[in-house]
This record gives sequence, structure tokens and C-alpha cells, in this order.
Amino acid sequence: MNTSLRGRVTSNITAYGVTIVFLIPVYILFNLALRPSGDLTPGILPSANPTLDNFVKAWTESSLPGAIVTSLIVTTLSLVVTVVLATMAAYPLARSTARLSNWTFYIFLAGLLLPFQLALIPLYVQMRDLGLLGTVWSLVIVYSGVQMPFSIFLLTTFIRSSVPQEYEEAAQIDGCGPLSTFWHVVVPLLRPVLGTCVILNGVGIWNDFFTPLIYLAGSETKTIPMAIYEFVGQYVSDWPLIFASLIISIVPILTLYLVFQRYVIQGFAGGLKG
Amino acid sequence: MSAAPAGLTSPVLDDTVAPRRRRPVRSVGRSLWWFVLPAAAIYVFVVIVPSVQGFVSSFTNWSFSNSAPSFIGFENYVTVLQGEAGAAALRTVFIAFVVVIGQNVLGLGLALLLHGRIFGRNILRTIIFAPMVVSALVVGYLFKYIFGPPGTGAANFVLGAVGLPQVDFLGNPTTALWIIIITVIWQFTGSTMVIYLAGLQGVPPELDEAGAVDGAGYWSRFWYITRPLLAPAITINLMLGLIGGLKLFDQIFSITNGGPGNQTQTISTLIYLIFSQFAEYGRAAALAVVLAIAVGILAFIQFAVLRRQEQHS
Repeated sequence: MNTSLRGRVTSNITAYGVTIVFLIPVYILFNLALRPSGDLTPGILPSANPTLDNFVKAWTESSLPGAIVTSLIVTTLSLVVTVVLATMAAYPLARSTARLSNWTFYIFLAGLLLPFQLALIPLYVQMRDLGLLGTVWSLVIVYSGVQMPFSIFLLTTFIRSSVPQEYEEAAQIDGCGPLSTFWHVVVPLLRPVLGTCVILNGVGIWNDFFTPLIYLAGSETKTIPMAIYEFVGQYVSDWPLIFASLIISIVPILTLYLVFQRYVIQGFAGGLKG
Repeated sequence: MSAAPAGLTSPVLDDTVAPRRRRPVRSVGRSLWWFVLPAAAIYVFVVIVPSVQGFVSSFTNWSFSNSAPSFIGFENYVTVLQGEAGAAALRTVFIAFVVVIGQNVLGLGLALLLHGRIFGRNILRTIIFAPMVVSALVVGYLFKYIFGPPGTGAANFVLGAVGLPQVDFLGNPTTALWIIIITVIWQFTGSTMVIYLAGLQGVPPELDEAGAVDGAGYWSRFWYITRPLLAPAITINLMLGLIGGLKLFDQIFSITNGGPGNQTQTISTLIYLIFSQFAEYGRAAALAVVLAIAVGILAFIQFAVLRRQEQHS
């Protein structure tokens, strides 16, 4: 490349400059959370005597500890149900060329377009009648259904484009039944797309606020966003305390992200592009 | 046939994939047709049946106090669009468009920058993408403080320190709308950037070098070489951004909660309001149908555009 030294220096400076501007809100978030109560120095200036008191108070007085467990349960269960059922469904949908199978696939795809708000109220009545309102089960069921179209779309297109049918035929000739062909031949080849599926659905479910706002309203079961919403409502303008709770709430997902950042970014790019 | 899904995938990807051979051999997959059933059952229960019910109820006067609804034709649609929802719909579209433009200009710029030789560019990418994995509610509260009223907010402190008059950002509907837009752009620029970066990887460096050898400047190389090859990424980013923008809820809920004076309500927050405060289910459903139609139109445009791009390439 014929990029001059000056060009490279300018682009480095621009890149770092933009990143620093970008990080200002994060700096304010941490800076304010470390502020002792009663310290009214503006949030942009570093605190004179930082303290972790807010974190302790946020942890003990909010429902975050329980909410983290609830969010873990909800996300894990929903992911397992979605990924297992979507993988099963995607396989025949990808391989069969029957008209019925194509229509089934299109009906699943239609779900990508339907905004959840349309199903919201009838589903609310349904859940109420089943006595599931306020339980993690309502969320698991809703998420599994809502995430199904996208997962099936990802998996089906992946199987069609990147899983060679020859392997399955070879396995069949070697005497492998359909079930064990699926399990031993197809599923292992799906690893990359399963990763994408878990990441995209996982982040979406973990951070979702709208669904628990409706289906968990007024119950003791809370996911993390619900716990935050409630805590903010309780300590309206005690921003240092609120910010400590915000930080606690993002630690789990941010840690996972930083550990797996390469896969997460690839997963996002691949999945959304696709 | 794979016509529809192939239309949605990127042509860059499709080129690398060998054309599928059609064999007379009976595929293994077909005997496992019943594998579809569990997924279909839960999908029908959660999405299809309630959506159809929602659609039907949008033509009724169903509400919390009226559990025996009767058909009232398009009345809900008329009330909804003549009332607050008409303005909210326009506002939703406005927010979606501004967000998409801002996000794509910034995202593309950053992608071009971080595609080049930048020291530690992976760390910068990781940082800029990070807000994407955080809850939009949390980001909303953070920006609510930053643009808080004079005397509390961080932005107002800076304005005061440099001698400018302080602004009650969230107390004024116009500025409040812009704060929401800034918040969304801050959170999602990273995801736009990542999709552009993936697209840039499909641009062969030889092409760019050849252009440089032929004496093309940076901008003409960008316009004539990079941009056409990025076309699918641009389409996807525009559509993802617009559809996401139309569904915006968490940020508005946490920053302004629709205020001041209902002047930052969007379709999604209004649906929630009509559902939770007024319990007028039929009216909420009508608004959801409006949202569904808007999303459907955009998706159709995306499909058509991607299709055309594929035929051109």
C-alpha cells in the first residue's frame, strides 16, 4: 500500500479520537458510581474520594442478585429449547423439496416480519388462562416461539449452503439410519451456525425488557432489566446508586463478551448479514 | 427451492458456494419430516395463533372492561391514526430514518478506518461494538443522566463550564427526540460497523491497488471500487436499522417515557400505553397492525433490492 506516514498517523489519531469520544459515557458511568453519597461534584469530574459503597448498597437493596439467577435460568432454558427444536426442524426443511415443506419454511419466515406487539395481548390472555403469568415459563415459551423463525432461517440456509449432502448419503450407504445420520453427521457440521444462533438469541433474550414488562408485571420473579427498572423507580435521582446497579447488571454479559469477543463479533456479522 | 432464502443471503457468500446438485437419491432429511413438529407447535402457539387473534381483534372494541367484543370495522384504525398515533407514526419514521443515516455514516466511516492499518484496531473494534451487547434500558438510563436537567446532567455541566447557557434537553420534545436518536446511534453504530467490516473483507485488496496504480484517488476508489462491492452490506444495514428503529421501545421508555406531553411517543411505546394504561386491547392491536404493515413494506423493499443486486453482480 502506498499510504504515507502522515496518512497513517492521521488515521490512527482519528481512530483513537473517535474511540475516546465514544467512551465518554462509559467513563461517566463508572465515575459517578464511585461517588460517595452527598458528593455533588459534577459527573464529568473525577471524584475526590472514590468509594465502593454504592455497589454494596445496590447489591443488597436491589433485587439484582435474584434477578441474575432468574435471567440465567430464562436465557438458558429458552436457548436450549430454541436451538434444539430449530435444529431438528431446519434439517428436513433444508433437505426436502416437497411443496409442503417449502410452505412450512415460508410460514416460519413470515414470523420474522410480525412484530411481537401484534401477538402480545392474545398471548397475554392465553398465559393468564394457563396460570403462567409471572413465572419464568411464560418467558421461556414466548422466547422459544419468537426466536424460532430467525433460528430456523439461519440453520436452514446454512444446511443448504454448507452441509454437503454426499456425507449423509455416504453414511446411509454405510448403514446409518436417518436419526443417527442426523446426530453423528449433520449436527457436528453445524457448529459455527449454532454458535451464531446461541450468541444472537442469547444476547437478545438476556437484554429483553418488553416481554418481562408484560408477562412478569407485578410478580416477584424478575429478570435483570426488570430489576433495574424497579430499582430506578425506587431511587429516582440517586444517580450514583443507580449507576452502581447498572454496572452490576452489565458485568455478566460484558465479561462473556470480552472473553468471546471474536466469536461474538463474527457471529453478529455472519448472522445479521445472513 | 432455495429462491427466497438465497435472495436474503449475501451474494458474496453465494459465489463461494458450489451450485447444489439435484440428485435422484432420496434424501435422508425427508424421512425425518416429523422433526418439524415440535418447533411448529410452539411457533403456532406463540406467534401464529395470537397474531391472527390480534389482527381480528383490531376490528373489535375489545377492552379490559368489555370482554364480549363486537365488530366495529375500521373504527380503531381511524381513531388511532387521527389521534396521537398519527403523530407517533410520523415520529417513529423520522427517528428511524435519522438513526439509520447517522448510524450508517458513522459505522461506515469507522469500518473504513478500522479496516486499514491502525495500531490495535481489534481492541478499538471490540470497544465500539461493546454497547451492542448491553441492555438498551441500561444505556437509556445512562444517557438520561448525561442529558439531565440544568444543574444535574453531565452535558449541562460542560455547557456551563465553557460559558454556554444550559439546556433542559429532556424537558423539550424536540431536543428530547434528538437525545433519543443520539442514544440509539451510540449503542448500535458498532453493529453497523461490524457488518461493514465483514463486507470490506469481501473487497479484494488487488482491486484497490490496481485502482491506485491507475491513479485513482482515495474517494474515487471508494466510490467506484469499494461501494459497489459493499452494496449488499449497505442494504442490510439500512433495513436492519430501519426495522429496528420502527420497533424502538426500551430507549424511549427509559429516557423520556414518551414525555414531555406525549411528544416523544412512538408506535411501540403507544401500543404499550394503550395496553397497560387504558386496557383498550382492540385499539392497541390496530396500532400493532400498522406497525406490522410498515415493517412488512420495508422488508419487501429489502428483498427486492437484494434480489436486484444479486442479478447485477
